[in-house]
Amino acid sequence: MRWLDDGRPEARAELDALYPHTGNAYFIGITGHPGSGKSTLVDAFIRLCRERDLTVACIAVDPSSPFSGGAILGDRVRMNRHALDDGVFIRSVATRGNLGGLSRSTPASVQVMDAMGFDIVLIETVGVGQDEIDIVRLADTNVVVMVPGLGDDIQATKAGVMEIADIFAVNKSDLDGADRVVREIKTMLSMNESADDEDAWIPSVLKTVATHQEGLEPLFEAVEAHRDWLQAHRSDRDRDRQRIEQLVRLVISGEFDARIGRLLGTDTWKSHLEAVLDRTETPYEAADALFDEIF
Amino acid sequence: MSETQTKQSDASPPETTHRVLIGKVGLDGHDRGAKVIARALRDAGFEVIYTGLHQTPEAVAATAVQEDVDGVGISILSGAHNTLVPEIIEALEERGADDIFVFAGGIIPEDDIATLKDQGVRAVFTPGTPTREVIDFVRDACREQADNR
Ligand SMILES: Nc1nc2c(ncn2[C@@H]2O[C@H](COP(=O)(O)OP(=O)(O)OP(=O)(O)O)[C@@H](O)[C@H]2O)c(=O)[nH]1
Ligand SMILES: [Mg+2]
Repeated sequence: MRWLDDGRPEARAELDALYPHTGNAYFIGITGHPGSGKSTLVDAFIRLCRERDLTVACIAVDPSSPFSGGAILGDRVRMNRHALDDGVFIRSVATRGNLGGLSRSTPASVQVMDAMGFDIVLIETVGVGQDEIDIVRLADTNVVVMVPGLGDDIQATKAGVMEIADIFAVNKSDLDGADRVVREIKTMLSMNESADDEDAWIPSVLKTVATHQEGLEPLFEAVEAHRDWLQAHRSDRDRDRQRIEQLVRLVISGEFDARIGRLLGTDTWKSHLEAVLDRTETPYEAADALFDEIF
Repeated sequence: MSETQTKQSDASPPETTHRVLIGKVGLDGHDRGAKVIARALRDAGFEVIYTGLHQTPEAVAATAVQEDVDGVGISILSGAHNTLVPEIIEALEERGADDIFVFAGGIIPEDDIATLKDQGVRAVFTPGTPTREVIDFVRDACREQADNR
């Protein structure tokens, strides 16, 4: 998997060999504001899955520092109790800026975990970057984690994140204001067009206290209900198609970013830049020429 | 921190992103030292898997393997280094991951440092070591690792 992160060519052959074995895992995305309790919820969810004899892999995404490119990947702090359980595999990944890091390695990691035969693959991200939203779109069921006390933030929460939610988990419900958040989400949902469509999935809204393993059974049931709904309304092939479409897009954009990354700083790059600076070339002409360069 | 912040400008970013695990084993509840090193490494361009307090040697090794790190840095203050650090090395070996290098930091007496090194610990840093020195060590060890892959 390390090769995948680094985009090494060896990885490609391995991936191609693995691919026929994918398509069996159930993917669940967990997205929400920093500190909303995603990792704690993932930890509690893994525990519940293990009680039900389901194996779980988790990809925990954290942002890379835009300055150094480094990252502190601390999600495991909340998941340590599973460290010695063979039925649990946790992998921390950094976004690595936008030059192909996340978009290149994560779809690959996801495939590896799928091929390894895990029943469930969880993907934790804060969901602020476009990359991350793209990643979460790989999931069959998306859980968006909200917390009380964000005030008017429900409206402010990135539209993209709200749209992907199949389930809202109002975590930290031990704190004041959880019911209000639940009401606000429900009000918001009732304004969606799909609210009037009998066949549409109406996102469930439930309260959890991840630190005390509370609300996890209902969360699990909500995931099952969403899965059942998917099965009733879309064929397996359609669901797979949606993920594959996203996967192929991610692989293309990852490759594209990687190629741009390799182009940056080369002589060709610099000479076009200089030409644009000298006003002998327009930015569009330079881009056209450089575009040809990477393909 | 300010010290490491200014330094990152002259440190060229690593060619491939190196990954290291920073963790604490043993019973003491201080992770300040570990956090300082974790942040310094991040600022130097490393991906740091931070596992927090009270890890068992077994859990550290299992995590290191899952996360595919180049190296493991263990912070220790409780005086239990003589048993815990070798146990990590052993656990790594058991998992076929003896290529992952191990370094330690904490209040460790001179004599013990020699013993630990005999047992395979690549470097031991005592309090007061400049973070730059730790970063340089980790970078060199990671590069060596990458060359051997
Ligand atoms: N009161 C309360 N605190 C919680 C609950 N769940 C998590 N926390 C606390 O919230 C803090 C953040 O939890 P994490 O699980 O690390 O949150 P996260 O969303 O994964 O954070 P990032 O990955 O940094 O974005 C920790 O101190 C948790 O103990 C809860 O249900 N109630
Ligand atoms: Mg987290």
